[in-house]
Amino acid sequence: MQVVRTVYLTITLVWLAHALPDDRLMLSGDVGSRGGRLVSAQRIEPKTLNWLYASDVSSREVLQRLMADLIHINRQTLQPEAALAKSWKGSADGLHWVLELREGLKFSDGEPFDADDVVFTFQVILDEKAHSPQRDLLILGDKPIAIRKLGRYRVAFDLPQAYSVADRLFDGVFILPRHKLEAAYKQGKLEQAWPLTAAAGDVAGLGPFRLKEYVAGERITLERNPYYWKVDQAGTQLPYLDELTFLFVGTEDNQVLRFEAGESDIVNRLGARNFAALEKSRRSGEFNLVNVGAGLEISFLFFNLGEPPAGASAELKAHLAVLRRTKFRQAVSEAIDRESMVRTIYLGRASALAGPVPPGNRYWIDGKLKAPVRNVARARRLLESDGFKWNREGKLLDPAGRAVEFSILTSSNNAERQQLARLIQDDLKQIGIQVSVTPLDLRSLLELVQKTHAYEAAILSQASADADPNPDIPLWLSSGVNHFWNPEQKRPATPWEAEIDALMRRQLVTRDYTERKRMFDRVQEIAVENQPLVALVSPNVLVGAKKKLGNFRPALLEPCTLWNIEQIYWRGAGTGVRP
Amino acid sequence: MRARIAIGLLVVIHAAILCAGFLAPYDYAEQHREYAYAPPTRVHFEGLRPFADRFPIRFLAGGRLFGVDSPGVIFLWGADGAGRDVFSRVLYGGQISLATGLGAAAISLGLGLFWGTLSGFYGGWADRLIMRGGELFLALPWLYLLLAVRAFLPLHITTVEAFFLLVAIIGMVGWVRPARIVRGVVLSARERGFVLAARGFGAGAPYLIRRHILPLTWGVLLTQATILIPQYILAEVTLSFLGLGVGEPVPSWGNLLAEARQYHALVNHPWMLAPGLATIPLLLGYLMLADILLENPERQAPHGRN
Repeated sequence: MQVVRTVYLTITLVWLAHALPDDRLMLSGDVGSRGGRLVSAQRIEPKTLNWLYASDVSSREVLQRLMADLIHINRQTLQPEAALAKSWKGSADGLHWVLELREGLKFSDGEPFDADDVVFTFQVILDEKAHSPQRDLLILGDKPIAIRKLGRYRVAFDLPQAYSVADRLFDGVFILPRHKLEAAYKQGKLEQAWPLTAAAGDVAGLGPFRLKEYVAGERITLERNPYYWKVDQAGTQLPYLDELTFLFVGTEDNQVLRFEAGESDIVNRLGARNFAALEKSRRSGEFNLVNVGAGLEISFLFFNLGEPPAGASAELKAHLAVLRRTKFRQAVSEAIDRESMVRTIYLGRASALAGPVPPGNRYWIDGKLKAPVRNVARARRLLESDGFKWNREGKLLDPAGRAVEFSILTSSNNAERQQLARLIQDDLKQIGIQVSVTPLDLRSLLELVQKTHAYEAAILSQASADADPNPDIPLWLSSGVNHFWNPEQKRPATPWEAEIDALMRRQLVTRDYTERKRMFDRVQEIAVENQPLVALVSPNVLVGAKKKLGNFRPALLEPCTLWNIEQIYWRGAGTGVRP
Repeated sequence: MRARIAIGLLVVIHAAILCAGFLAPYDYAEQHREYAYAPPTRVHFEGLRPFADRFPIRFLAGGRLFGVDSPGVIFLWGADGAGRDVFSRVLYGGQISLATGLGAAAISLGLGLFWGTLSGFYGGWADRLIMRGGELFLALPWLYLLLAVRAFLPLHITTVEAFFLLVAIIGMVGWVRPARIVRGVVLSARERGFVLAARGFGAGAPYLIRRHILPLTWGVLLTQATILIPQYILAEVTLSFLGLGVGEPVPSWGNLLAEARQYHALVNHPWMLAPGLATIPLLLGYLMLADILLENPERQAPHGRN
């Protein structure tokens, strides 16, 4: 009986391997076994399954499992890799790119995939009438990139200007099925397509899973895509898992509780304190808790360097005038004790930042920047040389003789940033600066920072989507929306911002890495000299998973734990790991 | 007997909170960063001398009841994330919480008395207007309104301003219930024989209210106060929990508890819950008192049988 079954299984596998499309992608890594269900607790419920309109992290987290892109950045090596495009070639000037697509692939509903789907996808993204927020990703220097179909499995892209890393443009641009969405697009109803409540059969993609069921407020369940195009080294079609469930639990604390209770199998991006709590948990023997190391997220304090808003109080104007003084900002940076932040808030699982690029980004950090050491004496000297004085009670007075004080906004639902603010408050008190901390919900905070500009300073975190500096261009360019300290300027307000603008624009069209690195190093140095944002710390990427999960290889880049979901498997699957 | 226990409890707690500056070994904002989330210091005796770890505890030094010379530390209830003494912060935090409770209760009882008397005594359209207005007040979703209001407030609220704002908000929101109760008392008092007699002798409204009606409301007000004070202490806890209360580094029981709501605090640093425990005897004291007053209506309304 056993023999018959083995023979039958072998025959099936061999047949399956041949029945699979020719252009399947073979992945290296441990060969696992099929079966089982993986549960991951997410903080927030996704908003939509329609990738064109998904701008929130939680929707993307789910969509990354349902969809696939042409060229994908490997989350571990941080280098671009072949995905739906099996190869690509650029012209000498970097303006024209030809992509060869994999042949014989099928969407998760069994319909074939070809160049028409790629052309359709780029057409709808770039259609201004479709209002997709993803359009910005494909605009270079105010002009969209153009796409041409060259054959059934061959497409060409024409860039309006040279772009330093054209292959990285395609990461996360998910290919949509034309046969499913064309009708909605023609009727102008694309925005209503694929809501969370869509029927499972209506949604199709090229990712490892497909939609099975959505229960509002509770969970979304995905099942294996039987037409997936990746195989392991033994030729077994991936993914290994039968099902993947995302639970919606609201907060990080709940994520941790669910994980500890064994109700979820994997947990992404833990806070250092929660990580330590799990390490001490009675059940810690069942988990793999991994400190992946310095990540790509930075927390920073920044000042409002823009013009005071219309109708600003005299008080706000006076405070902003002080914050505009470069030496004042340098003194603040000198007076902040980043090492104690790392120690007390992150229990050593973070890095103190010298500049705006975290050490996790080893390709781009400027190694010439000195490690930050708190130096109160130097802070005092800086302030003195700029005309600041201290009164008898030790309070700092600005050159006009007013006591120096400002408020820091923090997000009220982020405990770590509130603690950062608390330590800064105490550090600055020691050089006579009175700081008040105002916790606000994130939406009001961003409204103040990006729209009304009626604030003085704030603490935010930013996690880069890629190790390359290009996705952070909205932060660096003075015209950018995320140029937090003075967003969306018509013309750069200061010479150093003009210099950053020029450097960033130049590196955008430069293709040589060393050349680009030299320019971006200079950007980092300018940022440190002028301290529009005072980089504080970069937390390590801390994740956890059940010990029985095979191929669990957490990465620095989001999604840190699920990036190789197709390869993750249950050791000893089939023996009833999870119903 | 129960009344004595309740009053005794309240006196002790109020005294301890009032004397926070003397009883607490540290200032509420003093950070000892190397002791972030330090557990409660072990106190032991060598002979009759108490020690905190290796360091002798000194009494009545530097204007504090007890303390330890540096580099020693004494955290009776552990330390928080910035290495601040939780015991000291709970004592100082009690001052804000208690003052909020008392101040807000005074405001809402004052408003309640004013509108309730007016509405009960004059009746008619004034009564209808005030009571319908009160219902409108009750129906407002206060928490969401407050969250929205916070976004519009100036960002530089000093701690003192935040405190008065908190007291005013909590007090203003709560006037409706006392007003309804007072109105009921006044309505029935209005028809009492001695009030009608006084009216027959030509007494004017101000005289009637001051002399005959208000004294009847004292008992109700007292009972209401014992219910409202603990309720408002909890309201402060809720508002600070949501970030609407006094700001860092000034402690209140509410913002202390807000810090303890994280998973790791519950699991690894349970002493962060001390402010929650500290509220219990205080609330218990007030509620016991309220209970006793409610059980003995003759104490409530000394003029009731006239």
